[in-house]
Amino acid sequence: MFKQLTAVILMSLQTLPQRMGASSVIVIGIAGVVAVLVSVLAMGAGFRHTLADTGRPDRVIILRGGSDAELNSNLTRTDVATISNAPGMVKDASGKAVLSSELVTVVNVPKIDTGTDANVTLRGVGLKLTEVRPELKIVEGRMFRPAVRELIAGVGAAKQFRGLNVGNVLHLRNADWTVTGVFTSNGDVHESELLADVDTVGSSVERNGYSSAVARLVSPAEFTRFKDALTTDPQLKVDVQREPDYYAAQSKQLTRIINVVGKTVAIIMAIGAMFGALNSMYSAVAARGLEIATLRAIGFGALPVLLSVMIEALLLSLIGGIIGASLAWLFFNGHSVSTLGGAFAQVVFQLTVTPALITTGIVWACIIGLLGGFFPALRAARLPVAEALRAA
Amino acid sequence: MKYFPLIWATLWRKKTRTIFTLLSVIVAFLLFGMLETVDYAFSHPSAGVTGADKLITTNKYSITLPLPIADAQQIRSVPGVAEVTWISWFGAYYQESKNFVFALPVDADSYFNLHKGEFIVSDEQMQAYRNTRTGALINDALMKKFGWKVGDKVPLHSTIWTQKKDGSLDWTFDIVGTFSVKDPTQASAQSQTLLFHYDLFDEGRSFGKGSVGWFEARVSDPSQSAAISNRIDALFANSPNETKTQPANDFTMAFVKQFGDIGFVLRAILGAVFFALLFLTGNTMMQSVRERIPELAILKTLGFGDGMVLELVLAESLLLCVIAAIIGLVLSFAALPIIKQGLQGMELSPRALIPGMAAAVLLALIVGLPPALRAMRLNIVDALADKR
Repeated sequence: MFKQLTAVILMSLQTLPQRMGASSVIVIGIAGVVAVLVSVLAMGAGFRHTLADTGRPDRVIILRGGSDAELNSNLTRTDVATISNAPGMVKDASGKAVLSSELVTVVNVPKIDTGTDANVTLRGVGLKLTEVRPELKIVEGRMFRPAVRELIAGVGAAKQFRGLNVGNVLHLRNADWTVTGVFTSNGDVHESELLADVDTVGSSVERNGYSSAVARLVSPAEFTRFKDALTTDPQLKVDVQREPDYYAAQSKQLTRIINVVGKTVAIIMAIGAMFGALNSMYSAVAARGLEIATLRAIGFGALPVLLSVMIEALLLSLIGGIIGASLAWLFFNGHSVSTLGGAFAQVVFQLTVTPALITTGIVWACIIGLLGGFFPALRAARLPVAEALRAA
Repeated sequence: MKYFPLIWATLWRKKTRTIFTLLSVIVAFLLFGMLETVDYAFSHPSAGVTGADKLITTNKYSITLPLPIADAQQIRSVPGVAEVTWISWFGAYYQESKNFVFALPVDADSYFNLHKGEFIVSDEQMQAYRNTRTGALINDALMKKFGWKVGDKVPLHSTIWTQKKDGSLDWTFDIVGTFSVKDPTQASAQSQTLLFHYDLFDEGRSFGKGSVGWFEARVSDPSQSAAISNRIDALFANSPNETKTQPANDFTMAFVKQFGDIGFVLRAILGAVFFALLFLTGNTMMQSVRERIPELAILKTLGFGDGMVLELVLAESLLLCVIAAIIGLVLSFAALPIIKQGLQGMELSPRALIPGMAAAVLLALIVGLPPALRAMRLNIVDALADKR
């Protein structure tokens, strides 16, 4: 049985080049499905990745209660003073809490590719920025100085939006701001932002309060104690969240939309490709009718014939899947795009074709191949031997 | 036309093959129709109830920065401006954050004068709205969504505005009436709107008093929009609150563009689909002609000219593609309501039909031409002898 199987498979593969036209339909059809599926899912993965990489479990973000997002939130100076006395935070040498009071606003900066204005986050940050966010590294130029109109741009923002190179001057609300540096931040969402001194930003937008406070805790385990201290304080009305939780919530909706849309399109395409595969495999079986009938006549079983057709379809779709996934990887992996994120501001992210996505693509390819191969295989196995021989 | 039965018969010569080819082409055009519609929705976003005669004035540097309400007087004085109104972003939801409500604090007099004839509200309910300080006028689709009735009190949670009296983010409104939109193409864009009094909002909020989110202006002559926009912006140049004025449609378009180049993504997908389709149908046509060579030779023997044979094969390819395209596009049209659910506020239109048919004809010609040429060049003697 096994010997028969190998013989039949080898034979069908040897004759494959003669059926090049029909076989290429399977390969190309499935490559198209997999390329689209993997590229779209890579978009979702890249977006999720960017937001998932934002934040550390030992860092917390404090917003006014019920505000949902930093852009809506408002904390007074008194609020922040109260927050800085809460227990569990890392303290610096002088005993002050490692906390950055931040003011988030969006500014219009044109996108490089379309030239139309986009909402870019301008985040005013406290003096303890580098202690609160040790992952932040200046890769070009230097840090902004407080009290003067200077800002640093994330690498993602610098790539997507116009005029954000070191030395450029950005005119924002009656004043010129100089870009003094470009920073990286572990590939997180802050790389889509502009950072500047919080009080300078505040005076520029005429706001006396803050949007949020970001603090580092001694350890993630301190979270409950810290949160309880703030939420039970009758003077305060705040929401306290671990940073990763906050950013995960911000990415949830868009990631879901991308995945649903991507999979719907891919399913429709897969159905089309399956019809194509059925067609090709039926014609392959028809072309090999005489050969199959001869094999059956000299004693080969129905099962090896059935399996050989299935395996041929599987092999072709596997090739298609690999080509499709490679195309997606070649063209789109690391491709940087930006979109309006959950918080009304642009998020720059890179399409990431992960090994898991490649596997997903190839699994889809194999399923299409198996479905498209099964019925033709069944026909091959049931071919009435005598008739097929006579027809030849 | 008299050869239609012949073409029809040759099309169904191999039933399974034709059916599967048809099905793949149908699926491709179903996708084509759906993606084209989505692309159209994104490239022609509906700008709310606003038409070509509306301008939007925002803060030049950021749409989140407020403008002083006093600017309204100056904008109104610009020649060509017929009416000005002001609106703020309220950022509301009902009970849970997924229940977004597009709640807008508006100044009733100027707002309804600006949008004269665009909303349908009964006189009685409009009067009730004007007389009730805490009153709200709600789009009938939104009423239905949450099962609200006129006379109900609805609490909305604003993610931004705290109340002066108790610092709470919860605002309660009395439903005094419903409205619908006259222009049906704008209906879905307005389906989440709730209008309430700007005065209540401004007096009730704990901060930001006297500021507005943006101004909306109606111009008497839409062809002057650009000039009037410049005049408005010139009023506030070098002030602490410089403005950016643009036609409402451009404003919406710029916002939609912020989502990214959706058109490119859709075209790339369609490119992949049609490339694969080209191979699939091309292969079918090739095979079908190859199998029919002796038949074609007989046709030629009977006196069919070379050109006639070419036309017959092309017609067959055309028939296959066009039938499938029509079925696919009709299916995508049927799928519109489903897409609509996912794209709230976007207006969809079945415009894919014309480019879809053009794509079908193009596809038919590309895949039909090589086998048709082959059939045309067929030498009768060789073909009959089966020497290919």
